[in-house]
Parts: sequence; C-alpha cells; structure tokens
Amino acid sequence: MQVKDTLNIYGEAINSRLLIGTALYPSPDIMTQSIEASGAGVVTVSLRRQQSAEAGDDFWQLIKNTGLKILPNTAGCHSVKEAVTLAQMCREVFATDWIKLELIGDDYNLQPDPFALLEATEILINDGFKVLPYCTDDLVLCQRLNDLGCEVLMPWGAPIGTGKGLLNSYNLKTIRERLPNTTLIVDAGLGLPSHACQALELGYDAVLLNSAIAGAGCPITMSRAFKAAVEAGRFAYNAKAMPEKDLAAPSTPTMGMPFWHQQ
Amino acid sequence: MKITLNGELLDLTSHALLEILKEYGAIAPYAVAVNGVFIPKSQHNGFVINEGDSIELLSPIQGG
Repeated sequence: MQVKDTLNIYGEAINSRLLIGTALYPSPDIMTQSIEASGAGVVTVSLRRQQSAEAGDDFWQLIKNTGLKILPNTAGCHSVKEAVTLAQMCREVFATDWIKLELIGDDYNLQPDPFALLEATEILINDGFKVLPYCTDDLVLCQRLNDLGCEVLMPWGAPIGTGKGLLNSYNLKTIRERLPNTTLIVDAGLGLPSHACQALELGYDAVLLNSAIAGAGCPITMSRAFKAAVEAGRFAYNAKAMPEKDLAAPSTPTMGMPFWHQQ
Repeated sequence: MKITLNGELLDLTSHALLEILKEYGAIAPYAVAVNGVFIPKSQHNGFVINEGDSIELLSPIQGG
C-alpha cells in the first residue's frame, strides 16, 4: 500500500508543497489565477492600517474564495511587542492560530533577529499559537525554536525578494539532518523553479515564495513551473539520488565493445 | 479629546471605542490595538479611550 505523501503543518495534511504569497502581483486577477495555477494549499496574508475599507474587503473576499488555508504573517515587525500584538490581531481577523512569525533584525537584508524571534516565539506558543518562524539557516537557532515547541521551521534560502536561491545549501542540509522530524520549509530568496526543486531534493518539506512568481514576466506560467519543480524535487528526494562520484564511470556496458576499440 | 487613529490626529468628543470606530467608518474585518496592546473584539463594547491614546485599526492586505 502506498502511503500518501503530504505536507504536515501542525498535524494538518496539506496537498501541496508550495506555499504562496499574495503580494506584488500586477493585478488581483493575475494573483488569483497564479494561486490557482500553483496548486498551493496555503496562502500568506498580512494586516495593515485600514485605508480604503472597500479595497481591503475586495482582497480578503478574493482570498476567502480560494478556500485555501490562511497563513498570516507579522512582516515588517522589528520588536517582540509589535510582533506579538500583530500576531494576536491576525488570529482574530483570520480566525487561525497559525502565524508566520517575522521579526526583522536588520533592514539592509531583512535578516530575522534570532534573539527577538526566540523571545516572541515563546510568548506566542504560551498563548496558544502555532508558530511558523521565518528564521536564518542557523542550526542552533533552529534547534532552540524546535525546543520551544515549533513543529515547523522556515529558514531562509536567501534574503527576501532577492531571487538568489539557496545561498548556503550546506547549512540547510545540516538542519534537515539534525531535525529529521520537524517540518522544514524554505522561505524567501527563491527566484527560479530549480531553486525550489533543489530545496525539495535536500529533503525540505516545502517552499514558501512570493516574489519569484509575482515578479515574473508571466506570473501564471511561472506558478505552473514552480508547481512542477516542487513535485519533481519531492519525487527525487523520495527516490533517493545516486551517490556522487569523483571519477567517471561508463553507463554503457563495456563488454562486447566493437573491434575498432581493440588494439 | 485628542487621539491618534492609524497615525491620524483626531479631535473627538466620544470616549467609547465602538463609537470612535463607527465615526471613523471602520468596516469589518478589522482588529484593534490601543497603545500597542491588542483589544479583542469581545472587549470593544465598553472600552474607554483616553486623551492621547493611539488606536491602530488593521485590516487584511496582501502578504508574502
């Protein structure tokens, strides 16, 4: 019997290994078509000051119509207090205890603040949240977050919006090896479907991305490409890759070589 | 009474959070924080806003 290979987020089975953001699309219509084409099971959203109530409600209606799981974020927060307050507000508006915890430590590369992240994570978990922390690819930070009760960790591939791919695949691989039972999602920095495929080949459970699709020339087509890449990467991981070798080894049998190779 | 709502300085007569939100034209869905502290919807009715308080009124938006 084949066991169903699904993504597990805090005990919920998600039928896609791609989580998709809802920002930066050329239009609401392209956003909804891109989300659909990606096959994603989870979409990320945020909260901001109410400006035009009508516009905000339109967006929220579009997202609700997708029927997908909602993952609110605390993007833009720089302090524990801001992040905790925003998370609590998200929980009420979006009616979910999932929170993508973002706590920025440096505006130059939007690098997460590991110390504040741990502090906020502890507060939120004690408050009943299911925290999905956006973190750096630091093994010890990931272990500490895991110790606090995070069942899902989301280390970056590269800084947000850079499209550089997996800058330190060694670190990511080490985290995978040291935390074999934790759901690991590469979040941020991906630009190409091959980056997503590589993350899945490393054994990551999923990828979360936004700019790579929304910023593409044709976001809908790029969504399809990422969907295929994530599926390919997961198949490859499950299939277990051949061992890498330093020396060439012929694949075609050498027995019975034709006469012109004989001395 | 002078307060700020979403960074905007307002001069109001009412101290009731619900009335202030109504006067501002807040449309659901939204969540509220006062002076950086989340105020759950269950506490909006009867919640008193004081001179100099800062209200944040947040609604869903796109996110990555």
